[in-house]
Amino acid sequence: MNNPGSSDNKNSVLSDKALGLAPSGIRKFFDIVSEMKDAISLGVGEPDFDTPWHIREEGIYSLERGRTFYTSNSGLKELRVEIAEYMKRSIGVSYEPLKETLITVGGSEAIDLMFRAMINAGDEVIIPQPSYVSYLPCAVLADAVPVIVPLSAEHDFRLTPQELENAVTDRTKILVLPYPNNPTGAIMEKSDLEAIADIIIKNDIYVLSDEIYCELTYSGRHVSIAQLPGMKERTVVVNGFSKAYAMTGWRLGYACGPEWLIAQMTKIHQYAIMCAPTTSQYAAVEALKNGDDDVAMMRESYNERRRFVLDRLRKMGLPCFEPLGAFYVFPCISEFGMSSEEFATTLLKEEKVAIVPGTAFGDCGEGYLRISYAYSIKALKKALDRLEEFVGRLRNKE
Amino acid sequence: MDELQTRILTVIERNSRVDSGELAVRLGVSEEEINSALLEMEEEGIICGYHTMIDWDRTGVEKVTALIEVRVTPQRGKGFDEIAERIYQYPEVDSVYLLSGGYDLMVILAGRSLKEVSGFVAQKLSTLDTVISTATHFILKKYKDHGTIMEKKPEDPREIVTA
Repeated sequence: MNNPGSSDNKNSVLSDKALGLAPSGIRKFFDIVSEMKDAISLGVGEPDFDTPWHIREEGIYSLERGRTFYTSNSGLKELRVEIAEYMKRSIGVSYEPLKETLITVGGSEAIDLMFRAMINAGDEVIIPQPSYVSYLPCAVLADAVPVIVPLSAEHDFRLTPQELENAVTDRTKILVLPYPNNPTGAIMEKSDLEAIADIIIKNDIYVLSDEIYCELTYSGRHVSIAQLPGMKERTVVVNGFSKAYAMTGWRLGYACGPEWLIAQMTKIHQYAIMCAPTTSQYAAVEALKNGDDDVAMMRESYNERRRFVLDRLRKMGLPCFEPLGAFYVFPCISEFGMSSEEFATTLLKEEKVAIVPGTAFGDCGEGYLRISYAYSIKALKKALDRLEEFVGRLRNKE
Repeated sequence: MDELQTRILTVIERNSRVDSGELAVRLGVSEEEINSALLEMEEEGIICGYHTMIDWDRTGVEKVTALIEVRVTPQRGKGFDEIAERIYQYPEVDSVYLLSGGYDLMVILAGRSLKEVSGFVAQKLSTLDTVISTATHFILKKYKDHGTIMEKKPEDPREIVTA
């Protein structure tokens, strides 16, 4: 009799690729945290706001009208038109709604699709880290060779031309550009993007620009690499509704890019997914049509919390560059001579505060923590008070 | 009215106990700027007070609130102002608004009991010369007040750690 509870003896029938994927660092930490009953958290990667009511209402209304069927594979025409208009007004780039856009199940699906549509075995994908946990496994699953570029605090975790140049080989096919960045909160300004665009074009590289946090920038509007001359035709902009409109659970994202590439991505999407959730698509139309004020309100609120957390961390004496995007702060804790994981685990045990170790987002996150400020000021205060206690105790021991 | 003033008001409208040090950090300005903006808005009467929102239903203290629609005859040269003033002088009157539509004044009244409120309407309000008629509505339950939902928010429904 096989023992279904045991995984060891099943390894021979599982795919080497799946078995070879390392478990997510977030998952590992989650398992530790969930054993702690009354822990408070600064560990989430999603907004604390509810989806604005008028958007939820459109979702409900679509159900009442019986809009419970598949949409076309690429998504509702009405939504694709709204997305093209949004791209035009937010980054000033024109996309043909019915040829150059694709509605996906969250931004994550679009990442997977681009790799699968472009990679041949052995092609290299450059992934700057620390960054979101999906790029590397998705690239590996598509038979790519991931090339990690460790970013440094010295450059505010921006990708420099030198770092990119060093990573490029003649097998380089895609560069992942994850800005505004989770977990560091870093952004790339126009001049930073211009500085790498030449290298990208010269080496015939394509760009996966993950702009899911593009509405959450705090020093002027987000700039997309697709805006730069010669870049639109080699860039897939990945975006979605999760962060800007607090719609994580609706699972809705999109990709905008060249027609020939979107067509192949659409084919894979059609076989794997069929179409993105219909209810979510109707709600998203309302979000793009009438949601600008909500986004502005949430951005202002995040910005207040960002300043508040940064101020507290600096007063604690934790070195911390100023994050200008997303809703994370990335303080350095290397002075305590502990690994990030050790620090996070001890903090959790002693103060019952859950903060994700920087290493969950790549080895170069060692020495850092990702603090999410998608919480009320009251909750942030309570958690930061405990962090301050902890840090004070560690320093007294030394 | 500058942008900083608006941003200050947006924060303290929800929580007037935020101290000026914290306001300064959150809004990215100096504490002096906050203090002078607050002072200016107090002097101009933009900030009229720093009240506390209380859900009296949870206290066990008896309290009833009534909304009273009042139709009045406006007076030559004074319009509605004089009659409004005669009404708002009563301390038990919480708010008085002049409205467009089917009636003229909305009077919000807080009292200890139905009897007390109806006594006020019958003896004080209805007997004013210019009052033509009144219609009194008692509040049975407050669901939301001043932008605040009275029901306690459930705990954070999010997973405790996510990517």
